[in-house]
This record gives sequence, C-alpha cells and structure tokens, in this order.
Amino acid sequence: MTILEIRDLEVDYDGVRALQGVSLRAERGTITTLVGANGAGKTTLLRAISGIVRPQSGSITFAGRQIEREQPHAIVRGGIAHVPEGRRVFATATVRDNLLLGAYVLRDRAERERRLEVVLAMFPRLRERFQQRASTLSGGEAQMLAIARGTMSAPTLLMLDEPSLGIAPNLIPTIYAGIRRIAETGTTVLLVEQNVRDALQLADRAYVLQTGRVVIEGKAKDLLGDPMVQKAFLGL
Amino acid sequence: MDLGPLPQLVVSGILTGLLFALISVGLTLIFGVMDVVNFAHGEFLMLAMYLTFGLALVGLNPIFALPFVALAAFVLGAIVYRLLIRRLLDGPPSTVVFGTFGLLVFLQGAAQYFFTSDYRSVPNPPFQGTLHLGNVALGEAQLIAGLGALVMTALVFAFVEFTEPGRALRALSEDRVAAQLMGIDVQRMNALAFGLGTACVGAAGALLMLTYPAFPRVGTEFALTAFVVVALGGFGSVQGALLGAILVGLVEVLGGFYISPALKLIPVYALYLVVVLLRPQGLLGRR
Ligand SMILES: Nc1ncnc2c1ncn2[C@@H]1O[C@H](COP(=O)(O)OP(=O)(O)OP(=O)(O)O)[C@@H](O)[C@H]1O
Ligand SMILES: [Mg+2]
Repeated sequence: MTILEIRDLEVDYDGVRALQGVSLRAERGTITTLVGANGAGKTTLLRAISGIVRPQSGSITFAGRQIEREQPHAIVRGGIAHVPEGRRVFATATVRDNLLLGAYVLRDRAERERRLEVVLAMFPRLRERFQQRASTLSGGEAQMLAIARGTMSAPTLLMLDEPSLGIAPNLIPTIYAGIRRIAETGTTVLLVEQNVRDALQLADRAYVLQTGRVVIEGKAKDLLGDPMVQKAFLGL
Repeated sequence: MDLGPLPQLVVSGILTGLLFALISVGLTLIFGVMDVVNFAHGEFLMLAMYLTFGLALVGLNPIFALPFVALAAFVLGAIVYRLLIRRLLDGPPSTVVFGTFGLLVFLQGAAQYFFTSDYRSVPNPPFQGTLHLGNVALGEAQLIAGLGALVMTALVFAFVEFTEPGRALRALSEDRVAAQLMGIDVQRMNALAFGLGTACVGAAGALLMLTYPAFPRVGTEFALTAFVVVALGGFGSVQGALLGAILVGLVEVLGGFYISPALKLIPVYALYLVVVLLRPQGLLGRR
C-alpha cells in the first residue's frame, strides 16, 4: 500500500528552482532511499514534505491526505518525523530533554515513558549519556540521538537526511543497524544518503535525484548493478 | 570596621536589582523565543502600574492585585502577539523594530491622553514600616517588592526549565526549525512567550506600585534599564538577566550615592560598555 505519494513537486528558493517536477512513492513498511550529488535537491524534498518549505506546485499525499499546504507541526502530528541534515539536536538541552521533545506530540505521559524505553533499548549508548547535555556528545552519538528523537513520536514515516554524514566510519554500522530495526517495527523509512552503497544495500526501493529531477528509479538491488549508478556513485 | 552606609546601599541595590530582573526576564524571554526586541515592554509595565493603581482606588492592596494584574498582562500580551507581532514577523526584521516602537509611542500617547501626565501613587499605601537589621534600615514596601520580584522570577525560571511548555520554549529559542520538526506549534508558543514576558512586567508593575508612582513615561525609564540588563546578561539568557539585573541595581544605587543621584545611570552605562566591548554576547550569552 502506498503511504506517501509525491506528484510533480516543484520548489523554488527565491526564484531559483530546486525541484523541477519530482514524483515519488513509498510503500508502507518499506525503506525507500533517495540518493544524489550535492545540491541535487534531496534535503529540499524532505523539507517540503515536512512543511518547512512551501512547494510552488505539485502534491504530497500522506496516508490518503494532501499535506503540501499544512503547517509543520500538523504534519508531525499526522505521523511524519524528520531527522534533519546536520542532526540539529538541542545542544544545551540534556539527552533526556531532547528525547522528550521528540515525543512532544504524544499527549500521554505513560506513552512517552514507554517510547523512551523503546528508543533507549535501541541505542543503549544514549542511556549512559541520559542526563548529559547534547553538546557533550560525539558526532556519532549526536546522530543516534537525532534518530532516537525522531522515533520518539512513533511516526508512521521516518525521514532521515544523511545520517552517516560526518560520522566516524566505525559507527556507521551501528547507525544503519538502528535504522534497520526501526524499519522492522513497521515504520516506513525515507532515507536520503550520499553514502550510496550502504543506502542501496539497506533499502527496498531507490530514487536517484539530479539537479531537481528523478533520473533513475527502481529496486535498490537493481540500482546497485546499474552502470550509471556504479559510475556516478560507487566509483566502479 | 565601620562600613558606613555600604551595607545599606548593597541591600538596597540588590532589592532594586530584583525588580529589574523580573522586568528583564520578560524581555529576554520574548527575545529568546522569537528574536523580537519588544520596544513597548516598558509601556506594558506602565499599563500594569495604572491597572494596579485603579485596583488600589477600589481598595485592593497591590500585593493582592498582583495575580490579577499579571494574568491581565498575560492575556494582553498574547492578544498583542496575535493581532500585531505575528504580522510584523512576516516582514523584514526592521518591521518588528518599527512596529513595537510604534506601539510604544501609541501606548504612551494614549496614557498621556487618558491619564494625564500626573504622578499617581497608591492611596494609603500598605507596608509603611521600617525593618532594622543591624544598622541596615529597610522599608517594608521595598523589601516586599524585591522579594516578590524574586519569587516571580523564580516561578518564570521554573516554568521555563521544568515544564513541558517550558521545554518547548527552550527548544524554539535554540533552533526554530528543529523545534518545528518536533511538532511544536511556533505561533502558539510565540503567543505563550509574549504573554509570559508581558506577565512579568504585569507582576513587576504591581510590585513597583508599592514604592513608585505611575505616570505615562514610567515604562521608558525601566525599559531602558532592562535593555541594558539584557544586553549585559546575554540576550535570551534568563540566568544572565538575573545576574545582569542585580549588577545594574547595585551599580545604580552605589553610583547614585557616591557620585550623584542625577548621574546614577552613568556608571550603569559605563559598566554596560565595558562588558559589551570585552564580551559582546553578554555575561552569560551564547556564541
Ligand atoms: N535556503 C536556501 N536558499 C536558497 N537556495 C537553497 C536553499 N537551500 C538549498 N538551496 C539550493 O537548492 C538546491 C538543492 O539543495 P538541497 O539542499 O536540497 O540539495 P541536497 O541534495 O540536499 O544537497 P546536499 O547533498 O549537499 O545536502 C541547491 O542548488 C541549493 O543551493
Ligand atoms: Mg542535503
């Protein structure tokens, strides 16, 4: 079943077109990855889905509802969580407060506590750092926190923007294992990456974005074998 | 050792500083959450003082009027945010500056028109006794105003630090976009912050009426000091505002005594200039 459907999305920044008619769909419970070079428009697409930027035209349908004109907070309430590029954890707040902010849309206190246990079980490192300020975390820990914070609201769709960017290579498998486990709980994942090989190995479907357009789409495994993808992203 | 009037001045300076703190915390809260420097902050103080005066005319002690005045100020602040500030925020940054400055001029002018420029003091003011602690003599009214401001400042601090809406306000002041991604409704929280910031001057206005008269320009006097306090303590920092306010209170009272009452603000601005030159982000400001 299609949970997210984007049609002909166009986004401008001050008159400069960043997305020129992007269409994309994600099936419920799967991992979809969106790859592409710097400036291709990956972040812009996620920001449009979150309501942080307004599209010029096109539609975004999530769980049967058109959301392209909704406010960001309403979109989060509707079940979409966005782990932004560069993590953007609240540096002066503790790990605990960051996680609770992730569950801001959950009204029930007991439910928040339950979510806390779930994400801490997924990223035990965060339990050790629970009362520390987020500014004291390493890059990898901060990324774990950003992802954990994103899953606190028990979203239907989790969007991750370059979770392996600026992370020590030995921590990337931990991050990816976390994403895999989140997907196994039934959460739909939309993963933006420049770390194309790992992303294609993890994902079910993949889209390649180039200067604001989808140039290739298909099964992730097929893209791993695609000559153009190999040449452009895998250094083969 | 005889310290002369020093202990008296220090206590008096701290009590004055506590009132500055309450006013400044309101200003810094609004700035921290929505990057708005509210030039009309002092005018809300002025309105709160007149409201307290009005309630005193019907027999209400300013201390008992305080919760009501603070609540009225909260509602007024939230409404002003919804009707005016929110629209100003859609324009370029200078729109907010001119908009809130315009509000200052408007409210002051309205007060001149409706209340005249006469000084209005609470009739039969309460707490007229004097407390003697060693050789420090304290007017009860001044003591109650200072301690009341401390309690109110602590309440605001506790709200921001320990409650869920407070956590959301802190998140907003740190990273607005990330806060939106948490599902925080910016407009709602801005209205809350503006209401709270205004409630601070509401409470301060009620307390100030214990020792000070209301007049149309009274807000400007205190707001100017609050701007210095906030810049001194660090824009957006509640703890910074408290620290800055007590420093300013001390410097003002000591300067007024040892230099001249008429020149009491000169050491305050000198302190301010030294701090912003050496530490432009303020004492406890970030960056
Ligand atoms: N806030 C902005 N204002 C103006 N132009 C922007 C803004 N953000 C992005 N752009 C432009 O839009 C285009 C797409 O940018 P976007 O950040 O979506 O790319 P990306 O695929 O996420 O790149 P990266 O891999 O570097 O993160 C780029 O040309 C970029 O310069
Ligand atoms: Mg990007």
